Amino acid sequence: MAVKNIVKKNRYLDSVLLMLISNQIKELDGIVKASVMMGTDNNRALLEGDGLLLSEGKEAGANDLLIALLVKDNADLEVILEEIEKLLSQKKKVSEEKGSLIPKSMESALSIMSEANMVVISLPGDYARWEAEKALMKGLHVMLFSDNVSVEDEIELKTLAREKGLLLMGPDCGTSIINNVALGFANIVNKGNIGIVGASGTGIQEVTSLITNAGCGITQAIGTGGRDLSARVGGLTMTGALEALIEDKKTEIILLISKPPSPQVEDKILDILEGCPKPFIINFLGGDVEKSKRRGYKVAKTLEEAAYMAVAFVKKEDYKKIEFNYPLHEIKSLVEKEWSKFSKDQKYIRGLYSGGSVCEEANIVLDDLGILINSNAPIREELKLKNSKKSVEHSFVDMGDDEFTRGVPHPMIDFTLRKERIIEEAKDPECAVILMDVVLGLGVHENPAEEIASAVVKAKKIAEEEGRYLSVVVSITGTSKDPQNRDRQKKILHEAGVIVMPTNAQAARFSALVVRRES
Amino acid sequence: MSKISDIFEKEMKVINMGLESFRSSMEHQHVKVLQVDWKPPAGGNKKLISALLKLKKISEEANKEGVERIINSQPVLMDVKKAIDVIPGMHKKMLLHAGPPITWERMCGPVRGACMGALIYEEIAENPEKAERILSRGEIEFSPCHHHSAVGPMAGIVSSSMYVYCIENKTFKNKSYSTLNEGLGKALRFGSYDKDVIERLKWMEQVLGPALQKAVRLSGGINVKNLTAQALQMGDECHNRNIAASNLFLKELTPYLLKTDLSKEIILKVFQFITGNVHSFLNMSMAACKSSTDTILGLKNSTLLSAMARNGTDIGIRIAGLGERWFTAPAGEPKGLYFPGYTRVDLLWLQHLP
Repeated sequence: MAVKNIVKKNRYLDSVLLMLISNQIKELDGIVKASVMMGTDNNRALLEGDGLLLSEGKEAGANDLLIALLVKDNADLEVILEEIEKLLSQKKKVSEEKGSLIPKSMESALSIMSEANMVVISLPGDYARWEAEKALMKGLHVMLFSDNVSVEDEIELKTLAREKGLLLMGPDCGTSIINNVALGFANIVNKGNIGIVGASGTGIQEVTSLITNAGCGITQAIGTGGRDLSARVGGLTMTGALEALIEDKKTEIILLISKPPSPQVEDKILDILEGCPKPFIINFLGGDVEKSKRRGYKVAKTLEEAAYMAVAFVKKEDYKKIEFNYPLHEIKSLVEKEWSKFSKDQKYIRGLYSGGSVCEEANIVLDDLGILINSNAPIREELKLKNSKKSVEHSFVDMGDDEFTRGVPHPMIDFTLRKERIIEEAKDPECAVILMDVVLGLGVHENPAEEIASAVVKAKKIAEEEGRYLSVVVSITGTSKDPQNRDRQKKILHEAGVIVMPTNAQAARFSALVVRRES
Repeated sequence: MSKISDIFEKEMKVINMGLESFRSSMEHQHVKVLQVDWKPPAGGNKKLISALLKLKKISEEANKEGVERIINSQPVLMDVKKAIDVIPGMHKKMLLHAGPPITWERMCGPVRGACMGALIYEEIAENPEKAERILSRGEIEFSPCHHHSAVGPMAGIVSSSMYVYCIENKTFKNKSYSTLNEGLGKALRFGSYDKDVIERLKWMEQVLGPALQKAVRLSGGINVKNLTAQALQMGDECHNRNIAASNLFLKELTPYLLKTDLSKEIILKVFQFITGNVHSFLNMSMAACKSSTDTILGLKNSTLLSAMARNGTDIGIRIAGLGERWFTAPAGEPKGLYFPGYTRVDLLWLQHLP
């Protein structure tokens, strides 16, 4: 081993930097000890104490860089010195990294993006509540995707939002489209003049998609969260959003979508609408429409009707109730083609849904046609499925319900459970039609049709092997602008032998015709 | 009045907390989005989170006031005097130290060494052994610098005969004190107590202190905050890099030093001492900070820290709204850079002196 001293005259570097470099030099091959310092009296004394100072080093002054090394005999000094020079001439990196700072909190995010005006929160419920409050305190609008926020907390947050004049969408708000930006699970839709406020995620998705597919567009689609219209929460978000849409210059017609509100909240909302200078359409899905009708308000029974009523308004046409977008004789021949392949015991529709509101809508459509549907979310209490995992006669299951999603991803993201259920239904000799929703858009599976198609092919084969024919009817909630592309998804499903209907309501109607073996 | 419809007119800029897929969704739509790398606050303790949020609301106004007080502070170096003549509560048998309160038994090596050196310097003990005995018998009163409007670097030992910088916060009229910096190498603040250290302390008491006193008094006061502001622009961080600040201070001081009746040799020695020690400014800067943060000590409802200090054994904080109370925790092991020939083992030895 040998001590080496190298002096670089009149080269000044910061002492902290030099200590860091010394540490790096120690890692080089052939180095036993290393120190790079300015040649001050103190530093030279330190080196001497450690046996690292030679006579040439002693000559170094305070403005000279002194490199002191203890190297192994086989060390390649030239390579080492080259490496040291590289370290000495490297630029500080601190300032360069500033652009890629990753904030750890809302506060630090705001210090980076002070112009932020919306916070999207999908954290676990317990924490979501606090972050939402923080955001509101800082004057930011909030989309609160998280569920598991208590009613008390919801009321507190919504009251705060109201005081501050801010928009709080949620908790448990799956879908919103603000300024044509899809938040959460939402579709890429057209810009237009229809303003929507809704207490239902898939309801908003279905309606905004239908509007877009009909060539019209929306201004805003504000999600309120499912509990907003309960008596306790009192529609705090809905009322604020309605007022904002009334104020909004671009909104020419307002569409209100919700499950039936509590009676007091309904009155409150209808009162606000009383003074509304703009036309509006109400859809309390599955609710009593008498109150609204008494006031002379336009009421839509289904999501489909709500969308098409709005479309008719925009296109300045009279709204006409329709059964199907295609001529009835075409539909009927398609229907007959399906049921003609059934065996005699096949009688029932099995609805397997990922969206709660579309499940509800299909339920309403069939109930209207006199077909009673058992369900985990029935429209008549006596039709409640005892076991959601086991279909009875006509059965619709909302697989997005909490009992299915506990501990597993939502069925719009992960198709495992739905695929298993498809196979299970196919094995039932009484099952005639499997009716489903396929939801596209942002936040959901990147190719849902492929998932469904793969299970359908298997299911149809099982039925065929047992001498039956399985009819599969689907409606796609989505647009051709969605990342999955509605047209492409439709093609995949077609190829798997699936009947794809243009709306969820029509898919339900079609299924009814099939099980009734109409012609 | 609702501001909700305001956002309809604006470009949406989003902070995303939670699912990463929502961030990519927004990027897909060309929306400006910033993802927060979120972790549960307060280690996920819900009671604590709820308390912190309440605290935030309560403290908002007070903290604003606190920050304003600190910003509005104008620390000015007004005098240089002996500790015993100026530090409140100081007496011959008292040693001030860094950090929260501590007993001799629990002191780490360097702080003990500095205490021993101080007793030798004060001529209370003739040698280290006697100093150690006196200290272990409890004949000396220990008190944190922070209890006396004072601060000191490292061990932070202040004894009665040492000269101290006297800073006055001109805005709030409160005062603060700190010792004069001894320079690099072996020094009392690092726990050294050999002959060189004691001799230098004596010289500082006999020559440096009185000289600075004369010059500073003639100056009518040197604004430390202004020096700090300039030095920060010049690359100092005014903690471990004080070269610009020390030179700026010297530039302010020199004319007054020359105006004193001191001999050329003394002036030269003082001048050389300051130029030879790039940390000359450090202690002054610390006292200036102390005089600024003391203005929030006891500020009701404020959650700002009025002090954060360690003594090698404990680290302590003082929360403005809770006044003089200390909250302490064991001092962590510093992850440091070592001079050649020294390693972590030396550090552990220092920390765990019996």
